[in-house]
Amino acid sequence: MNEFSHNIKLTSLSLFGFSVVGAVLLAGTFQLTRPSIEKSERDAKIKLIAQVLPAGSYDSDLVKSAHPLPADPLLGLRKPGEYYPATLAGKTSAVVLEAIAPDGYDGEIKLLVGIQPDGQLTGVRVTEHHETPGLGDYIDIAKSQWIRQFDGKSLDNPKPDDWKVKKDGGKFDYMTGATISPRAVVKAVEHALDYFAQHKAELLAQEVNHGQ
Amino acid sequence: MASETRDIIINGLWKQNPGVVQILGMCPTLAVSTSLVNGLSLGLATAVVMALSNTAAALVSRLVPPAVRIPIYILIIATLVTMVDLLMHAYLLQLYLVLGIYIPLIVVNCIVLARVEAYASKHGAFYSFLDGLMMGLGLSLVLAVLGGMREIFGKGLLLSGIDLALGPAANAYVIHVLPGYQGLLLSILPPGAFIGLGLLIAARNRIEQVRALPRRSASLQPQQAT
Repeated sequence: MNEFSHNIKLTSLSLFGFSVVGAVLLAGTFQLTRPSIEKSERDAKIKLIAQVLPAGSYDSDLVKSAHPLPADPLLGLRKPGEYYPATLAGKTSAVVLEAIAPDGYDGEIKLLVGIQPDGQLTGVRVTEHHETPGLGDYIDIAKSQWIRQFDGKSLDNPKPDDWKVKKDGGKFDYMTGATISPRAVVKAVEHALDYFAQHKAELLAQEVNHGQ
Repeated sequence: MASETRDIIINGLWKQNPGVVQILGMCPTLAVSTSLVNGLSLGLATAVVMALSNTAAALVSRLVPPAVRIPIYILIIATLVTMVDLLMHAYLLQLYLVLGIYIPLIVVNCIVLARVEAYASKHGAFYSFLDGLMMGLGLSLVLAVLGGMREIFGKGLLLSGIDLALGPAANAYVIHVLPGYQGLLLSILPPGAFIGLGLLIAARNRIEQVRALPRRSASLQPQQAT
């Protein structure tokens, strides 16, 4: 009996020891790599924000002019996000909103949605997703041009009923075998446009104050 | 010494190939092998993790109580995979952008745990490292061939997606194997993975059978003579 309890103690101690070593290693690596990872994510973000805006349509520093965006179910944001007003010669030429499609095939799909003051989309890009590689990941510009079909669309082009993938009777293309990912993106983009329509005044006004 | 090394290499690449003989780690294998580049990328990432986890497990094997060895091995593998993931993201961004999505898949790949348990826990660090590497390369081979097959039949292409690894200029390397081919969707969808893997296993078994034939008849003849 004594040996038995001794064994149990030894076993749990060693399991505990390995867990502690593992946790320390992970925490150390995390601390070590965090600045570098944050920087590369920020660089990638600047590139992405620039992609949803037509070249030459802005002359402001997009990341510097970032404004906080409150958490809002329409945008799918559970934590406050950011939006980026783009100005050309002091006039707002577009606003780039962060949005999240909560119902991707494998969790959230993070999006950047560029919208002109008249409500027309300048572009949409996926910034982060966990869709199946080789199947649902065509929503990513790196894998296919699918996401470009949003360029120039607005809330009444196509009609509200047509803001769906073609399989559901809408106007948006999708690829056979993976409809959940595009469905989630189409819905999220429509919701982002709704949000813009509802908060247009603040989104555009705040920018002007900031610019002065 | 040398024969042990040779055995490990032959076992990993052919005799005990994880993909077509041990049939382990099928979840990521079947999900990701939609193209040659995808398959090879996951295979190579797995090989690196297997070499590392085998080495780590061999080094600490004396400290591991037998009753809780599996949780401890899983802990080691998960820690290593997460560290590789973070380090790659921080310092090898280009490579991470290509392989990043596959790395978390490696944790669930039971071939990694299988090699740690079956080999690394009983052998030295060097041979364990080699075993992990070779098993990983064996898996890469299967993934690359399976991915290539599915890509050719599914899209009529080979090497699509290589621009992600080598930059946009590499688009020129994409081979249009069957120009004007409409594509067979089945090949890209999950059933295509099962059918393709079945064909590969069958092909390997057939090769083994043919290779075994002359030897068997040679060993049978003396018996008949007596």
